[in-house]
Amino acid sequence: MTPLVEVHGLHFRYDDGTAALNGVDFHLNAGETVALLGPNGSGKTTFVLHLNGLLRGQGRVSVSGLTVEPKNIPAIRRKVGIVFQDSESQLFMPTVLEDVAFGLLNRGLDSVTARARAAAALETVGMCAAAARAPYHLSAGEKKRVAIAGIVAMEPEVLVLDEPTASLDPPGQRSLAGLVADLPQAKILVTHDVPFALALCQRAVFFQAGRIAAEGPVEEMVCRFDWHFAFERSKSPR
Amino acid sequence: MRHVVLERWSRGESCVHRRDPRAKIVALITFLAVVATAHRALAWLAPGLLLLLLAGLVLAKLPLTGALVRAALVVPFTGVFALICWFAGEPALGLRLLAKSYLSALAVIWVVATTPLPALLNGFEMTGVPRFLLMVCQFLYRYLFVISEEAQHMSKAAAARGTAARNWTAPGPSFRAAAGALGVLFARSYARAEDIHRAMLARGFDGRFLQLHSEHFRPADTVFALVASLAPVAVRLTVERVVG
Amino acid sequence: MHIPDGFLSTPVWAALDTAAVPAVAWVARRAQRGFDDRQAPLLGLMGAFVFAAQLINFPVGAGTSGHLVGAALLAFTLGPAAASVVMTAILGIQALVFQDGGLLALGANIVNMALVGVLAGYLPYRLGGAGEWRRFSIFAGASLSVVVAGCLALSELLISGVKMQRSLVGISLAVFLVSAILEGVITLGVVRSLERIQPTLLQDSPPHKSPALLFIAVAAVLLASVGVLFASQAPDAIEQLTDHAGPRSFGWLRQAGTGLAGLALIYGVCLAIGRTVSRNRSV
Repeated sequence: MTPLVEVHGLHFRYDDGTAALNGVDFHLNAGETVALLGPNGSGKTTFVLHLNGLLRGQGRVSVSGLTVEPKNIPAIRRKVGIVFQDSESQLFMPTVLEDVAFGLLNRGLDSVTARARAAAALETVGMCAAAARAPYHLSAGEKKRVAIAGIVAMEPEVLVLDEPTASLDPPGQRSLAGLVADLPQAKILVTHDVPFALALCQRAVFFQAGRIAAEGPVEEMVCRFDWHFAFERSKSPR
Repeated sequence: MRHVVLERWSRGESCVHRRDPRAKIVALITFLAVVATAHRALAWLAPGLLLLLLAGLVLAKLPLTGALVRAALVVPFTGVFALICWFAGEPALGLRLLAKSYLSALAVIWVVATTPLPALLNGFEMTGVPRFLLMVCQFLYRYLFVISEEAQHMSKAAAARGTAARNWTAPGPSFRAAAGALGVLFARSYARAEDIHRAMLARGFDGRFLQLHSEHFRPADTVFALVASLAPVAVRLTVERVVG
Repeated sequence: MHIPDGFLSTPVWAALDTAAVPAVAWVARRAQRGFDDRQAPLLGLMGAFVFAAQLINFPVGAGTSGHLVGAALLAFTLGPAAASVVMTAILGIQALVFQDGGLLALGANIVNMALVGVLAGYLPYRLGGAGEWRRFSIFAGASLSVVVAGCLALSELLISGVKMQRSLVGISLAVFLVSAILEGVITLGVVRSLERIQPTLLQDSPPHKSPALLFIAVAAVLLASVGVLFASQAPDAIEQLTDHAGPRSFGWLRQAGTGLAGLALIYGVCLAIGRTVSRNRSV
């Protein structure tokens, strides 16, 4: 089975010369949910931006058989949907419905079809009632749902979520996990939220200093890199 | 911020709310033109037009006192000029200024309080406003609250940090803190615009914003536009004939 | 200085609305840079920034504080066309949502603050922003944007028949000058803060050797603005206007003409200086 996403030897440097990615090899199969773990600044988000051509580095990146290069970008951006960490900047249209319809209109759909599909996507995430509202007034969890609706409406093959549970309260995190688990696409979850990763992902990839240090089941990565919050206050009396 | 109230009102339900924004814009511009060009018999015309607006407010199920008070925001500024006219020996002119600006403000409130601003902005396209400019307005309004909140947070943080010297004889440090805060706010707003652009690109944006077209102009909208535009004209003609 | 509806006489607001329409269409096209909409979010955000900036207090001593108006700052960072578009959007939102300025008077407010105000603010920066007179250029640009806008607004009111004694006009002018100085100082402070955080945000200005042109430009624009203001008080002009109310009389043309003439004068000064600079540069 050919992987849905294949990355070989990806290198990337920022404009000021700092190396962000130092040779990343990665693959994602259809139906898989993979967690990207690792310290801040290790290159997780930078890596993910290469998957839809927002960043271009050296090496080979291909999605569904298409290499990420200028002539394929429009098609690739339909196959890879990224839900960014900051929902406020992702929901940029004046109303929720217009925002979800944004990608659909760009695909060339007419207003009527776009409207219908957007409404259906909002139904999937349970945010129908908010269709005419301004994004600003929504709670963090609601914004995240609408952002997901906007991406899901485009029917991508790969779904990338960058820190989806950040700024959500525990019930919100639970509810989001439920929603994400039900989505059929292959998923990449960039996250610090270990329970979230454990619940949803079959496999994890650990980033360190711009490269993948190890990969394997989530529990293994967590143990190997001591990647959990097991804090005990010292029991000595004050 | 003040605009929150208008926004809440604009999400209400009434026969006026349901009308196409373009119909309301036509009515508004007609009303404003009737007020602006009126010279004679203003003493009778103004109350007549006020009654018309009150009827409109009732039809729109808007809180009367709230709207009347909000229109009074123009009074301080206009009042100063009214006083100036009074001192110059022309109190009538001052009263005319007050009446006209108040009526105009109330009319604008009536439209803005019955139409969600994004829809209203789209409606202005028919008046020949460049689409690009309307898009800028949409983004401005969308992020108005967001950036203002950031500004308030930074303002409080700067105040807490940099103004032990907040005495009024040495404004230097607080001034610098404020300037610094604005500089950071500017840079952050600029960076946010780049994030937005990136999110747009990720969803297939290729240079043009495509509009989700609203429903077509319905017969009810045409009737409304006609009635609402002709009403102030009729009032004025009647008053000028009867009184003048 | 946002003029509400009901203040300006019909010839004045109609003429300015008519003048504003093509002008705004032109700057919108220029700001779009090749018919691409991608600038729209940036300009919208910058407009939101200006609104938010007005919430921040700048203490300037003796218990007073000022606020940023922003036309000049926008011109220094985005360039004059984009700055005009942002200011126009701001004025539109202020008129609709905050009832700050009228809708029929929007044309006048746009011309005063978003078009001529921005241009007058940008001019000193263009002439002296790259030299040792940079700080003065920034200060002068910001101040001019306020003075010019204020003088134009006041002139339009006078031509429309709002009576003000000479002394009152003088006092208003003094108030404008104080706000202008505040704007200059605040803008300078913010620009310096930006230079430290992210200098690339500021526009480059072409290097120009002689500061003389800078001073002449500033003086010329200042004189033109104040000149227009005092000319608007000419008694015969106002007599004509209060006598003629209907559209079929000479008064219409006179009023509209006066208004546009004042505008043309200031715009002409800016344009002439701009052309001189370009000619010098190509040498």
